[in-house]
Amino acid sequence: MLDVLTGFIGELRAAGLPVSLTESLDAAEAVRHIPLEDRDALKYALAATLIKSSSHWKVFETAFEVYFSLRGPQYDIGAEHAPGASDATSAEGDDQRRGRGQGGAGGEGLSPEELAEMLFRALLSANDAQVAAIARHAVSRYAGMEPGRPVGGTYYLYRTLRNLDLDGMLERLMRTARADAPDGRLTALEERLERDEFGARLDRLRRELEDEIRRRLVADRGTEALARSLRKPLPEEIDFMHATRDELASLRRAIHPLTRKLAVRLARKRRHGRKGPLDFRSTMRHSLSTGGVPVDPKFRYPRPAKPEIIVIADISGSVAAFARFTLHLVHAISSQFSKVRSFVFIDGIDEVTRFFEGVDDVTEAIHRINTEADVVWVDGHSDYGHALSVFWERWADEITPRASVLLLGDARNNYHASQAWVVQEIGHRARHVYWLNPEPRAYWGTGDSIVGEYAVYCDDVFECRNLRQLEQFVSELA
Amino acid sequence: MSPPDGRRGAPAPLAFPEPGPARFASVQDVRERLGQVGYLADDGIAGVVHLADRLAKPVLVEGPAGTGKTELAKSVARVTDSRLIRLQCYEGLDESKALYEWNYKKQLLRIQAQRMVADSAPGEEAVPGDRQSGSTWQELEEDIFSEEFLLTRPLLEAIRASEPVVLLVDEVDRVELETEALLLEVLSEYQVSIPELGTVRAEQIPLVFLTSNNTRELSEALKRRCLYLHLDYPSLERERDIVLARVPGITDELADQVARIVRSLRTLELKKYPSVSETLDWARTLVVLGVESIDAERAKATLHVLLKYRSDLERAAKELVGATEAAS
Repeated sequence: MLDVLTGFIGELRAAGLPVSLTESLDAAEAVRHIPLEDRDALKYALAATLIKSSSHWKVFETAFEVYFSLRGPQYDIGAEHAPGASDATSAEGDDQRRGRGQGGAGGEGLSPEELAEMLFRALLSANDAQVAAIARHAVSRYAGMEPGRPVGGTYYLYRTLRNLDLDGMLERLMRTARADAPDGRLTALEERLERDEFGARLDRLRRELEDEIRRRLVADRGTEALARSLRKPLPEEIDFMHATRDELASLRRAIHPLTRKLAVRLARKRRHGRKGPLDFRSTMRHSLSTGGVPVDPKFRYPRPAKPEIIVIADISGSVAAFARFTLHLVHAISSQFSKVRSFVFIDGIDEVTRFFEGVDDVTEAIHRINTEADVVWVDGHSDYGHALSVFWERWADEITPRASVLLLGDARNNYHASQAWVVQEIGHRARHVYWLNPEPRAYWGTGDSIVGEYAVYCDDVFECRNLRQLEQFVSELA
Repeated sequence: MSPPDGRRGAPAPLAFPEPGPARFASVQDVRERLGQVGYLADDGIAGVVHLADRLAKPVLVEGPAGTGKTELAKSVARVTDSRLIRLQCYEGLDESKALYEWNYKKQLLRIQAQRMVADSAPGEEAVPGDRQSGSTWQELEEDIFSEEFLLTRPLLEAIRASEPVVLLVDEVDRVELETEALLLEVLSEYQVSIPELGTVRAEQIPLVFLTSNNTRELSEALKRRCLYLHLDYPSLERERDIVLARVPGITDELADQVARIVRSLRTLELKKYPSVSETLDWARTLVVLGVESIDAERAKATLHVLLKYRSDLERAAKELVGATEAAS
């Protein structure tokens, strides 16, 4: 047990969770107090002692499922297909297995239609045990898992889901629900509720499939190898430029609490910097209680000037996600700045501050930017030079000495002229000019990236690949 | 005076604080007893409470507002028949509000009284600087820094109590990062050091709950000393059971509908999701209005109990109810 536990903790650390020595001691102590045959109890005991933040839960869960996976002969990839052939490891056994799989064997001799029908009934009556059984069956039939093949679980999951056609299943369930309604149709509210209910059941099925595939992978490839390949980055470390759709969704969920925390922290920082000048009146008043001796000097609260922010962001395809998150973050904490103005460009440039005004829903504003802003001039490929020179023509006078200008983009200019003099001029007028680049530093200046040409006129250039780096930059800015 | 046990001879080995007698027999026991006072715990909650009792460790409960964090501490106090001592945290909380304070007014009175006694007693006039006045000064000092003049605040109170106690440190994320350090000694050693008096050790290990709304990251030092419990919105079944348990006079059918609508609302992108307490409020509202089954009109008319932002209300009405007009 102790070996498994240390291996598990090692895996958590490797995935980036800060697990301290005391915490691992606590975990070992906690394990003594729970019935070990209860897998859920073990899971919660380990979670309570080892992870201390809800954003780490997902990583923990994945690692837990791998390390404390259910084991048994029924999870061997080859086993249930080759009941007769004891030498399932040989290439021959492999072929035989595939032949049987296609023949719809799986022990029960169901046709795909019958299987779908069974699944449909199980889902309709919310029979969890049966859904789980069917999930097991579907994996062995459709996933086509082969021992020793180094592909991730997502591939198998995809193959299984494609065969089960869950979207079609949802429609069918809905049709049945409609037919069951008293007058043959559902009101919009009922329709919505039924859909959510079936959606939740299908989600459960999907999770069941994932679990099943993972269990088999563990049995096949061993714990550690699989843990390594399933390791997922923490939300704050997801790379903006290469995020998948799921990862983008988890980023969007992460950004809301992040902005709230940032706003609280910045507001506190402002209030607690006690370096104001002596408040003579207040000191004298308080000295009355000590007989006129000013024992306790009082200071004025400092009121540091809030910076003005001008954001100029490239929103062309490759860096759009990055620009969106930065705009979101800056506007969400706009109360920390005296003024925020935003401009977006691809090869034309447009001011988008108006989309944020009077809107309390930043997501909505970002959506409008994507659809309404006028940012294409010729062909819709990034042209930093043109965008910057137009910016200089139209808005140069609005840059005040109190403004900080943030330029966002990868500076991949498609070999157009750089017009770097604009950045130089902005630098003369503004307080600071910063460039935030979502590309890894090693790629800067390669290919058509000309960030170096702009960098010489900027106060600083930052690599900003994930939420953590972005948060750090913004908190130093305010 | 002999030194306290354990100091003499071989030093005691480092160990976890010794837990007192078990408050709960098993995880199942926690669930059942919490269920009796109307708090429906799931496996995670019951497991952590059980562990907290066995390991003598505080529990840090985090999660969105209104998911029953404070209620958990209150319920545990009720089922274990303990006194609940609550420390509400706020910005600017300090030692004298959280731990202890000397009652300086009473100390002043004591000094004055001493002087009056000395003045009235003939023949024993104290000459400044002589030995006798020195000794009375010492006596006086020992006297005014004794327990009689100590005002206990919640943390010390929980440590000194002889009866079983549940300590609730509410919204710990509201205090500044530096102030958190006040809690550390109490949470890990269950003791408080007072310079004038010495160290006060706990007579019984209190069960400690800290709650946080996650407005800022708590320090590593604090987190390390606690068990962590994340309370999220409950599952459909649990929410329905909570509604049934907490709202008198509600039918199974209505509770089910309430839970399902709330779950649908939580899948939308809202500024603030309806909390469990708001769900309960809504269920109560429906019962008071005599609603037996929710239709689109009724839902729309009472949604403001669940949602507190105008934009949220509009979106929810559009998503849940508005489709009717579009369809028909």
